[in-house]
Amino acid sequence: MSEPIERILVRHLGSRLAVPLFLVDSEGTLVFYNEAAEEVLGRRFDDAGEMSFEEWTGVFAVRNDGGQPLAIDELPLVKALRERRPAHSRFDITGLDGVMRSLEVSAFPLEGQGGAQLGAVALFWEAATP
Amino acid sequence: MIVRLWGTRGSVASPGPETIRYGGNTACVEVRTDDALLVLDAGTGIRRLGTTLRQHRGRIDILLTHLHLDHLQGIGFFEPCFQPGVELHIWGPPSTTQDLRERLARYLSPPLFPVRLRDLGSRVSLHDVPAEPFTIGSATVSGEAVIHPGPTVGYRISSGGRTLAYLPDHEPALGAPSFPLSPDWTSGHRLAADADLLIHDAQYTEAEYPGHVGWGHSSLEHTWAFAVQAAVRRLVTFHHDPSHADDQLDDLVTHLQGRDGPEVIGGREGLGFSLV
Repeated sequence: MSEPIERILVRHLGSRLAVPLFLVDSEGTLVFYNEAAEEVLGRRFDDAGEMSFEEWTGVFAVRNDGGQPLAIDELPLVKALRERRPAHSRFDITGLDGVMRSLEVSAFPLEGQGGAQLGAVALFWEAATP
Repeated sequence: MIVRLWGTRGSVASPGPETIRYGGNTACVEVRTDDALLVLDAGTGIRRLGTTLRQHRGRIDILLTHLHLDHLQGIGFFEPCFQPGVELHIWGPPSTTQDLRERLARYLSPPLFPVRLRDLGSRVSLHDVPAEPFTIGSATVSGEAVIHPGPTVGYRISSGGRTLAYLPDHEPALGAPSFPLSPDWTSGHRLAADADLLIHDAQYTEAEYPGHVGWGHSSLEHTWAFAVQAAVRRLVTFHHDPSHADDQLDDLVTHLQGRDGPEVIGGREGLGFSLV
């Protein structure tokens, strides 16, 4: 199955950015994150590989500022994917290396020619400690 | 399927004594199947093709990869456009901002051209290239977006058990950390995979490419790597840089020939292929 050109270009762009980038397809399957994201997520993409929607939304133990688990629908990337709009949020994750980090995440939908839903992209940063 | 090259030059027509063997006309390829006449792009090469079709009646399908002038400039000089007995179907890549008629009319109207699209004598129908494969006669045509500035597609045409892939303007290596990545992550791979004949952008030398990254074209080594990954049988280099004279093109093609992989042929005006 070939990837659409828009996702190929996002992956190529991400591979050259120092900003962490996370790319999912229209089914929500994680298809790529870049080297900068590897440091935050705690594992090389080549080692982690693609992950289903259920897998990546469960594996990072996402919590809000109060330490409570965050509903999947509250994740910016899920909002971008399901509601087809940009979204931003701050929350904590536990990386695949077991380290907890606070993140600021902005996500936007990938919409192609003819309104084709091609997935969504998240850019994120480690949040400054208050 | 019979394939004939009427224009193989890229960017701008470049006639002259130094380009006489490969030709100076811009992109145009004639494809004939048992029951259809397809014309790939309408660069200046389409004018001479039109002179062979003065007696043609019935349907002609022009498949545009994109609307840069070197792929469009000849359309107003294609005689069948003005023949009442011709049913002309023009296919082009979809855009989110303007339909194909509006975009074509920007060229086919004053002050750029004296005749308006609506005043052509043939019966003209315009089509956005659909996302799914479609048929023209017995041929199956797939058009998919490829890496090139602006909406651009490449084509895969299959008929009689043979397949032609046409990607005249294509920079699959753009931004790739290494090239090629896996087939799934390589622009245009599905169009070209296992094709009997691949006509592909080969505009730049390796020395020229770094100065033209993002312009939408390939170096010869990128073209070779793309063709090898796609496991095509024959590769025709195409969209020659206007500054490349015949002798230099000979050298560039010779450099690729004899390697393990597809047969390499320098795309020259007038060259024909029979895919049977």
